[in-house]
Amino acid sequence: MSKSFKEQFKTSYSVDAYGAFVLDKALIFKAFQTLLEEDNYTFLVDITAIDYLHVKTQPERFAVVYLLRDQNFQNLITIKTYIDSSLATQSVTPLFKSANWAEREIWDQYGIHFKNHPNLKRILNHKEFVGHPLRKDYPITQGQLCHQSDTLMDEMTPRLKSKGYTSHEDLMFLNLGPAHPASHGTIRTFVALDGENITSAVSEIGYLHRGFEKSCENHTYNQIIPYTDRLNYCSAILNNIAYAHAVEGILGVDLPERAKFIRVIIGELSRIIDHLVCLAAILVDMGALTNYWYLYNPREKVYDLLSKLTGARLTNSYMRIGGMSYDLYDGFEHDLKVCLKEIQQGVSDTLKLIEHNRIFHDRTQNVGIISKEDAINRGLSGPNLRACGVPYDLRVTAPYYHYETFDFDIALGSVGDVYDRMMVRFEEIKQSTRIIHQAMQRLPEGAICVQDHAISLPPKKEVYSNIEGLMNQFKLIYEGVKVPASEYYRAIEGGNGELGFFIVSDGSGTPYKVKVRPPCFYAMAAYPRIIEGSMIADAVLTLGSLNIIAGELDR
Amino acid sequence: MAVGAEAIFGESLITTKLDSAISWARESSMWPYVFGTACCAIEFMSVASSKYDISRFGAEVVRFSPRQADLLIIAGTVSYKQAPILKKIYDQMSEPKWVISAGACACSGGFYDNYTTLQGIDSIIPVDVYVAGCPPRPEAFLDALLEVQKIQASQSLLEDRAKRIFKGVLDV
Ligand code: SF4
Repeated sequence: MSKSFKEQFKTSYSVDAYGAFVLDKALIFKAFQTLLEEDNYTFLVDITAIDYLHVKTQPERFAVVYLLRDQNFQNLITIKTYIDSSLATQSVTPLFKSANWAEREIWDQYGIHFKNHPNLKRILNHKEFVGHPLRKDYPITQGQLCHQSDTLMDEMTPRLKSKGYTSHEDLMFLNLGPAHPASHGTIRTFVALDGENITSAVSEIGYLHRGFEKSCENHTYNQIIPYTDRLNYCSAILNNIAYAHAVEGILGVDLPERAKFIRVIIGELSRIIDHLVCLAAILVDMGALTNYWYLYNPREKVYDLLSKLTGARLTNSYMRIGGMSYDLYDGFEHDLKVCLKEIQQGVSDTLKLIEHNRIFHDRTQNVGIISKEDAINRGLSGPNLRACGVPYDLRVTAPYYHYETFDFDIALGSVGDVYDRMMVRFEEIKQSTRIIHQAMQRLPEGAICVQDHAISLPPKKEVYSNIEGLMNQFKLIYEGVKVPASEYYRAIEGGNGELGFFIVSDGSGTPYKVKVRPPCFYAMAAYPRIIEGSMIADAVLTLGSLNIIAGELDR
Repeated sequence: MAVGAEAIFGESLITTKLDSAISWARESSMWPYVFGTACCAIEFMSVASSKYDISRFGAEVVRFSPRQADLLIIAGTVSYKQAPILKKIYDQMSEPKWVISAGACACSGGFYDNYTTLQGIDSIIPVDVYVAGCPPRPEAFLDALLEVQKIQASQSLLEDRAKRIFKGVLDV
């Protein structure tokens, strides 16, 4: 627990209504030092800011919120600091490398300055952008044209200098992305090459920034579900669950048992298909096209199942606040069995081709290594962190939906290289299958939504036959679920790691602010440092093995 | 400007026959460049894999260099930050070339009516076929491909596509 912090800062902090420790901004750096070095709060989960322009009861317009976990990932602490009109505070990047990009994002979106930050520049919006879009007084539809991409030399030159290159003469500069087959979407990495070796690398993101957070502030709670689909679109339903789970946390409702089990089943199925795409794509990058068919075709089978269940193949929008949109259909169990069988077949066929394959081993082992300590300090989570040997899995460290009662193993690597990251995913597919089988066996009958008509839509029969049902429906659709005022963070284990939502609600049917903690964002921030010193071809595999999904990365 | 056979033969019978022969060859072997940025690109993966199998329509040779492609498929959201890159890629493709705008985002910005999303790629580059859906089903992608083939079949060699007049917001 945060003993030293509490002792040393006893007189300086206050605890606000939602459990956050409020500290003066001058003390932030010292407090973080204590938390990190004495209390072992080693994992910085996320940083965000809140613009209180429309909330008159707050002392200042802006506040910055930090979320930290301790080394066992059991305790979460929220630190909050108000930012006065100087609009500046201290950077914590010297302590947590993961803070680097997170602080840049706050600067970009809110215009809050971080002193001593190594490179405070825009990250999601383009460099010609004027203003800070997540401020409450920035109009949501005010787009700004971009005419030219950033050269990134402002980052590259100091980076090269730090490595002892004073002249650029012997180097070749190359852009990998943002439109490059190996960049899996829209990620740009700018590298300086000495022969085929990467001497230094800089990544630029934001090409798929789609204004998720601003859009959330303009929609009711249930209308946001389709937006969450499109974060990590390879496992849309897991995003639905993470978001609904957070809102349900503020509402303080407990789901009916059947709903929990369905979430486990469909959530694990999503995790499987997420891993399938990741593995299929990286094997294509390696030139192993056959495996792509082996792994992708079972995914196609799962699409059929999901279409029957939710009406959509990819962007399912299956969850609702307080439950889900439909119950399982007749024959679901049979379809699920067929899917799982095909998945198992695909995985074992693939493994047969690569498991003892010398070329595969040479390409993946001891390539793209990140150490345990570095990975934690940089905020990696999920399969990427587990590949380094850190047993951090929210299903185990902070179980939800009865995960503690399921019999499954955490897949762990030891080296933290491409090979481990891939193999951890293969193993997780197997473990998820185990969980699904157990959940199907235990699946109880009953309701799939909480039985509270201030949260869930009433049955259609009631809407058409009595005025109360009609009013419930009308109010829920027009005004949204009324969520009591709070500032709240809750996470689940997403396909790529800790997927959490920090929600500021104000009692209305629309959130005041929604911040997603995207696991990819932190993995991507670490990427340029991982590939420095390796070869171009290895950089491609490293990127694939981190499974960066642009929708989630850029939001 | 007419070059090659049509320059020599003009609008004669030989050119007309040549016209349909070349169109036929072209439409049955399109080389797409997939500008996949987001969720729609994941659906394109399905289009390319066994079940929907785009090679049945002769367009499975997906190129990753715009200079080798004649069909640009935009699958996904295009932000303002991405727009100059899209334009550059389009400009790098040689004529004749065709463009499919796949999905609500590429066509109109989709449900991202906000500060960062381009409200339709046709303000940057010309589009031949629009595909609805968020994301479009694989069948819809294939349907769009057939539409492009129809456009090709209906156009003569003599028509110089490079002369099309288009001025987007990024053209100066
Ligand atoms: S149209 Fe829909 S599926 Fe396609 S990129 Fe846009 S949000 Fe994603």
